[in-house]
Amino acid sequence: MTAPLKVVAAMSGGVDSAVAAARAVDAGHEGVGVHLALSKNPETGRDSGRGCCTLSDARDARRSADILGIPFYVWDMAEEFSDGVLDDFVAEYLAGRTPNPCMRCNEKIKFAAVLERSMDLGFDAVCTGHYARIAQSATGERELHRSADPHKDQSYVLGVLTAQQLAHSMFPLGDSLKSDVRADASERGLLVANKPDSYDICFIPDGDTAGWLRNRIGAEPGEIVDALSGKHLGNHEGAYAYTIGQRKGLGIKVAPADGLPRYVVGVDPASRVVSVGPPTLLDVDSISAANVRWTQATPEVGQRCLAQVRAHGDQLPATIEQASDGGPLVVSLEGTFRGVAPGQSLVLYDDTRVIGSGTITSTSRRAPARA
Amino acid sequence: MTDSKSASAVAYLDHAATTAMRPAALAALTESAVELGNPSSLHSAGRRSRRIVEESRESIADRLGVRPSDVVFTSGGTEADNLAIKGLFWAAVAADPDRNTVLVSTIEHHAVLDAVEWLVDHEGARVEWIPAGINGQVDVDWLAERLARDASHIALCAVMWANNETGVVQPVESIAAMCEEYEIPFHCDGVQAVAWLPEPARWRSRKSSLAISAHKFGGPVGVGALVVNGVTPHPLFHGGGQEIDVRSGTVATALIASAAAALHETASNRSIEVPRVRELSQRLRAGIATVAPESVVVGEASERLAGINSVAFPGCQADALLMLLDSVGVACSAGSACTAGVPRPSHVLLAMGVPSDQAQGTLRFSLGWNSQPSDVDALIAALPAVLERARRANRGGSRVAAGAS
Repeated sequence: MTAPLKVVAAMSGGVDSAVAAARAVDAGHEGVGVHLALSKNPETGRDSGRGCCTLSDARDARRSADILGIPFYVWDMAEEFSDGVLDDFVAEYLAGRTPNPCMRCNEKIKFAAVLERSMDLGFDAVCTGHYARIAQSATGERELHRSADPHKDQSYVLGVLTAQQLAHSMFPLGDSLKSDVRADASERGLLVANKPDSYDICFIPDGDTAGWLRNRIGAEPGEIVDALSGKHLGNHEGAYAYTIGQRKGLGIKVAPADGLPRYVVGVDPASRVVSVGPPTLLDVDSISAANVRWTQATPEVGQRCLAQVRAHGDQLPATIEQASDGGPLVVSLEGTFRGVAPGQSLVLYDDTRVIGSGTITSTSRRAPARA
Repeated sequence: MTDSKSASAVAYLDHAATTAMRPAALAALTESAVELGNPSSLHSAGRRSRRIVEESRESIADRLGVRPSDVVFTSGGTEADNLAIKGLFWAAVAADPDRNTVLVSTIEHHAVLDAVEWLVDHEGARVEWIPAGINGQVDVDWLAERLARDASHIALCAVMWANNETGVVQPVESIAAMCEEYEIPFHCDGVQAVAWLPEPARWRSRKSSLAISAHKFGGPVGVGALVVNGVTPHPLFHGGGQEIDVRSGTVATALIASAAAALHETASNRSIEVPRVRELSQRLRAGIATVAPESVVVGEASERLAGINSVAFPGCQADALLMLLDSVGVACSAGSACTAGVPRPSHVLLAMGVPSDQAQGTLRFSLGWNSQPSDVDALIAALPAVLERARRANRGGSRVAAGAS
């Protein structure tokens, strides 16, 4: 980075975003700490007029900004978060898909609403504590790459970003291992140095997604059937609580004849039928996606790449079978992924570089294997 | 390198949040802080401290036009308001369980509002809200009608002397008289008013109380008082009963001495300072009107405190304005923020019926005893660029994420 920039450092109250902000300031940029209040739900027990996000996170973020000597503000993004992330999350589950809310948040909040507001207010970039690297291509374009720490890499959830968004983003942790970031925080006297990592969806801190959805949607009872025989196996309280590839919580009492464990292999929101079957039905080698974004030019059909369908999941070599600007994307895999649900994101890489992403609409098996 | 290090405030326009300590108050604080004795102790060191406290009490009482024995020192305005609202409610209900209704204005500070809501949630209180008009004043006619209908269940009535956000002075004299007529205790939050208003006893009735806070008139943070006149609130907390058995806790000698010195200096300089600050406020409003003709002064038609200027900038978000002004060293305030710092629309402006596009873009510029023309001029110089950016942000000018579905 040559010229100093005016940077909004998004500060969640965790160690990563605090160190990211510190490094941006060290690099000579003029930083301002901003904590995003995303929850309308009054966790403090106050009426909605004074409802807050998590108080202690805001306080931690404020204290970190204070230690860094940068101004600190809280931006209320609760409405944008509710419309863009929570409503989408519910709608996707109701449609029988499995959404990735972190990706939606990056797409609609952090690198959209927040970035746009920052730019309007005279800032040049948004800095976050994501583990990913931004590099410059030979032609001067911004590229998104995997981070140096393979365990923390977040390039997958940033796969939705366009080149233009990347041009105004700053990820100062991309070259570091998490352990180095903690040590850095500790050296800087940041009190969040040993704060535990957050793993869950931020608005479902107890991790009970099905329970959260049940509270929000209510019971929608339906049938659980055997995908192979069509036989009735049991009942459920809401198809939205099931996701393809899920094994636990099916409540099936009859042991299958083949002795293999049963997984959710299909969720039909219209009939509310959840079908279960043996794991072999979950193996797919062709994936179609919509809502496609390319970080640079749209790739050629036939281009080879690496495909990834989960935040920290494995990659498989793949070939782009169909691709156009904004149109559907189809890739064929060399090998199979097991248990891929519509709604999940497909992110394509060229070695460490993110090429683009899409929301999975359907999967198939070109040469179906029979159990 | 960073904002907070390079741009120390060039213009502090947030004196209503807390104002600069007056030199006399600082001197009194450091002088008294070395006194060893606890004012409640019986030995000579204790007596020395006690003497400082009582002289301070007499000085404050004199300035407020009350008896020294009516001044109950507290930790500040919030405690004084809580002591009055809860303590007077408890006292009323203890005397007559049917007196469980609190009449309170919609534009009170949270120290009053939240205390009332706590009584409703936990102590079986009923609340009736005294409405306010677009002029920023509470509706005295509403109160008169309400009291004429039936005053037998009313435990107390609370209306502030002057509003902290708009500076609008409330008709507390008529309200006090009405409450006196119906023999209802009247509590008046005078936290913002006492620094500015020359008439010390507008709030007084035969049964009334007044909350004050030292750091609003050039004293230290952490000390205030509830002035009681013909009422004895039940205590909030229990212990030594140091302050006429209404308030327990070691008496804060140095803070009290400093508060008394601050009020003394405030009152002594008032005839010079108030017109001076009023003129600065006029300069500020005229300057804003020039660079932002669409702006609206909230409560413009009403009598207002000399230092408080609440200005709405339609088409802007107050938190964006505040941040941009902060970045160039101009400190002001944007209504209230919750504990986590989330900006909220002001309940005061909403209660007055200020249109939402004005309410969400309203800033408070408050001047104090040591404000200078240069403070005002720094704001006016910064405003055009700040307004332009804030308007752009409100319209959503930059579309970085084009193509978002």
